[in-house]
Amino acid sequence: MTNTARGIDISVGLFILLGLGSVIFLVTQSLGSTGLSDNESYTLHARFDHIGDLKLRAPVALAGVTIGRVSQISVDPGEFRATVDFQIDSRFSQLPIDTFASIATSGIFGGKYIDLSPGGDDMVLQDDDEIEFTQSAILLENLIGKFMLNSKSASAE
Amino acid sequence: MSTLVRNSWLSFSEFAATFGGFQMFSFRLLPYLPGALLKPRLISEQIYSIGVLSLVLTMFGGFFVGTVLALQSYGTLVEFGQVDALGAFAAEALVRELGPVVAALLFAGRAGSAVASELGLMRATDQIAAMELMAVDPIERIVVPRFIAGIISVPLLAAIFSTVGMLGVYLVGVHLLRVDAGAFWTHIHDRVDLFEDLGNGMFKSFVFGISASLMGVYEGFNAAPTPAGVSRAATRTVVITSVWILLFDFILTGSTLPGI
Repeated sequence: MTNTARGIDISVGLFILLGLGSVIFLVTQSLGSTGLSDNESYTLHARFDHIGDLKLRAPVALAGVTIGRVSQISVDPGEFRATVDFQIDSRFSQLPIDTFASIATSGIFGGKYIDLSPGGDDMVLQDDDEIEFTQSAILLENLIGKFMLNSKSASAE
Repeated sequence: MSTLVRNSWLSFSEFAATFGGFQMFSFRLLPYLPGALLKPRLISEQIYSIGVLSLVLTMFGGFFVGTVLALQSYGTLVEFGQVDALGAFAAEALVRELGPVVAALLFAGRAGSAVASELGLMRATDQIAAMELMAVDPIERIVVPRFIAGIISVPLLAAIFSTVGMLGVYLVGVHLLRVDAGAFWTHIHDRVDLFEDLGNGMFKSFVFGISASLMGVYEGFNAAPTPAGVSRAATRTVVITSVWILLFDFILTGSTLPGI
């Protein structure tokens, strides 16, 4: 085998590897997330009556600034409430224990995120703690439904 | 007037003859395909000259298509407050359409024309006749390896194009336009479907690969044995392949688009 033939073999091999690597990358991107490995973070839980269309890896914001990510969404089979786990950057480990978590929407049609409003307690939330005070997602279509029902009953009176 | 009629008849009959000859040529290639796989050395040499050497152009094209796509779509998305969807929008556009189509068009310009002029020059310098005299089948020896190499290379190039394009979208979207990186990838994971988007795109680029490499070898192998014939073969390869790719793209998109 001559030198050029070897060079051709190597470059063809690399080319095909690169191509297959790209295919694999695209496949992983189309298969849904595998979770982000944050280097320094701690986990909190919160229960909501309704999470709207909150998605995995949605931002968790404090004062509008993203400080964490939603890592898991599940439903409590006994309590019929959604349990959301999220990871917070360890730099923000001073959140009071009476922090309030609500599901907010960015813009009218934007994606859902978790908004944290710190309380005034001296105790701080530890890793694996649960946030007690939560507010569900506000469903725009429910609001519209209620509004229409109200205006209908008002006109009936 | 009569010259106009005669000329249009001539060009139509030439078109019909080319089309018919092309069909015959494709059928002639078919029985060679299984045997050619037993000679991987011939194919890998051709993958080098048409696939590997197209790589830089393809990556360059993919990167800048991605960056421009991000810049252009940002302006519209920001008006609706949907900037987070930038990644999903760009990824779907790249995987479904831009990757297969633009990679195949670049391939036709870069490699299809090279194949056509190479085979045309072999024809013009009687190398093909010499092979036949030595009882070497020129179709088996020079045509089929290029054809197979093209079919292997184009889908890989399209995948590389899309991947590098996504890198461009990411760099512009997340680092320049400050789209949230998590939302960027989440929307991509949510929106891009394995079969509907990626499978569809890969199938398209496979079809484009067949048309591009078939056209190149056909035009080159049947080129008029003159300098003008060789250049004509190269030009026709690029033009006809581009028309085919765009036409097939419409047909394939129309027949596979969900919800129609």
